[in-house]
Amino acid sequence: MDPRGFCRQSRLVIVAGKGGVGKTTVSAALARMAARTGLSALVVEVEGKSGLAAAFSAPDLEYDEQVLSPVSDDGMGEVRARTITPDEALVEYLEDHGLRRLSRRLVRTGAVDVVATSTPGIKDILVLGKVKQLERAGAADLIVLDAPAAGHAVRFLMSAQGLLDAVTVGPIRDQAADVLEMLTDPTRCQVVLVTLPEETPVNEVVETAYTLEDKVGLNLGPVVVNGLYPVLDGLDVDPEAAAEALGVSLRPGEAEALRAAAAFRARRQELQAAQVARLAQSLALPQLHLPALFDVEIGLAQVDRLADALAAGVEGLVAVQ
Amino acid sequence: MTASALAELVDERSILVCCGPGGVGKTTTAAALALEGARRGRRSVVVTIDPARRLADALGLASLSDTPSLVEGDWPGELWALMLDTESTFDALVAKYAPGPEQAEAILNNRFYRNISGALSGTQEYMAMEKLHELHDEDRFDLVVVDTPPTRNALDFVDAPRRLTRLLDNRIFRLLMLPTRASIKAVNVAAQAFLRTVARVVGAEVVQDAVRFFQAFEGMEDGFRDRAQRVLRLLSDPGTAFVLVAAPRPDVVAEAEFFADKLGDAEIPVAALVVNRMHPRYGREWSGTAGERARTLAGTPLGPLYENLAELHQLADGEEEHVVDLVARLGPAPAVRVPVLPSDVHDLDGLAAVAAHLSGSSDDEPVAVG
Repeated sequence: MDPRGFCRQSRLVIVAGKGGVGKTTVSAALARMAARTGLSALVVEVEGKSGLAAAFSAPDLEYDEQVLSPVSDDGMGEVRARTITPDEALVEYLEDHGLRRLSRRLVRTGAVDVVATSTPGIKDILVLGKVKQLERAGAADLIVLDAPAAGHAVRFLMSAQGLLDAVTVGPIRDQAADVLEMLTDPTRCQVVLVTLPEETPVNEVVETAYTLEDKVGLNLGPVVVNGLYPVLDGLDVDPEAAAEALGVSLRPGEAEALRAAAAFRARRQELQAAQVARLAQSLALPQLHLPALFDVEIGLAQVDRLADALAAGVEGLVAVQ
Repeated sequence: MTASALAELVDERSILVCCGPGGVGKTTTAAALALEGARRGRRSVVVTIDPARRLADALGLASLSDTPSLVEGDWPGELWALMLDTESTFDALVAKYAPGPEQAEAILNNRFYRNISGALSGTQEYMAMEKLHELHDEDRFDLVVVDTPPTRNALDFVDAPRRLTRLLDNRIFRLLMLPTRASIKAVNVAAQAFLRTVARVVGAEVVQDAVRFFQAFEGMEDGFRDRAQRVLRLLSDPGTAFVLVAAPRPDVVAEAEFFADKLGDAEIPVAALVVNRMHPRYGREWSGTAGERARTLAGTPLGPLYENLAELHQLADGEEEHVVDLVARLGPAPAVRVPVLPSDVHDLDGLAAVAAHLSGSSDDEPVAVG
């Protein structure tokens, strides 16, 4: 499948996974991949500070959109980003419904906590409702939602279903119904789960995938396996023998360091291969593999390397539907 | 040298709170610290929050419940473990402060009350602190180690008691509970109007649940507030130490710094820093030349070996660069760097290996970095 086609499958892509697996970097790479095919992309953050802006050397994200990388003459689309936090979404929702005074009073009296507690999921549904509004309005060719960390992501994405069960009438119910319709429509929304080639992250991503698919009816796209060490062959070479054959002199202790480092790498490669295989066995979803970055800082160059790897992975996907 | 400072905390403090960003190994760190306590002769208990199944397995327990289970092992002290159950901990508090069983029953069956533990942010954190207080009060344990939920808001567990009491003290709902005397009738009418508007948005039944909850809760606020105060005091007690857990990634370090700042604002000092998952550095003296040799020897059998060494050096250097500012910022607090483990912790031996790194008694030299 070509990357442009992949990005056009649904306007909304939700990137989800447990904390520390690199969701934000993957969101950024997806957006850049779309931009390189000439599409515009909007990344939405829901948890405040994320490091996304820093990767593009931009100031911290706010509720108002900002451009992270502009349209270029050679056909690059624009990448923009913004945050949508529950409190902001609540205030905007109430103001849109002619309840400006109520919203101020809710916040001032602290009754906003009471409302959120009496209606679990209301904050999540307001955030998703705002995302749905952006999706309907076609705010960008591709909207990438960087979802909350795993346990929270499930609750976040299940909020619509939960609210439909709890609230029988009223605008919030309508909102939840609209959101659920978007989430379950494969032409509008797909979820990209992100994980690492390690035991616990693989277990969690499998569990999250089943929950999201079975309980919410979400359409799951490929799983991104992030942080894979590039596989080096020839790690079992004996450094001393090889040096002698080549006529290279090793300094004292150097052979031990090379050997120990090679053993570490070989073990790591073996473990990651086992986890990738286990993931493939437990979850019938195509995988996109991203390399571990050994760089100190994540900047645009690193994001683009991941975008390259994503695009290469997408090229190898077979179009379904 | 710095690692033994962490052993000192295990020896001397009565409460260790492991806090920090999600996905950095807080749960494993907490369990390893409690194990280290047992190895050093203390009666220790670890409170974990929603651990992956493998922690119970690692501890040799069929499952973890919300009452302490004894972990069998060959050490002079004791090791106990339990898993926090936010709801039952909260239920116990309600039962304790309700004037009678009927009132307790009314609260426990209320839908709004049932939502509090799931929907009010910080409740889980607060109940973790509550559990800690409860265990500390019992004479069975010398050392209580608590894991905290992965949270973006560093202060949820310090703010939570205040947040809950604020909810319970809510003016609008308090007004509704007052008897309808003429003097306050006007306010009451305003409050009713406000609630009707809220009901238009979220539905009348949920508002009704909330009102009934506040009616049932009447009179219990003081007990809850006092209890919250005592929990907060315990957190700033000299016997309590906060251990900040992090990993050497830029996003995690940024979050950890934010954490440290917030704790500082609350006048809670970080007693120690644990950085998990540090990559080993093999042959520090060749940091500069491995890359060059990888290039000149590319295509020979030595090429991949040098390429690997250079990449691992780059990784370790980068990680150290991320961590060094955090270490400096936390100043006198000792920092312990725990090497990345070849696999997840599956048994007590694995946990003991982590504990050995934390306490500085590991002789696993090649992977000790820093």
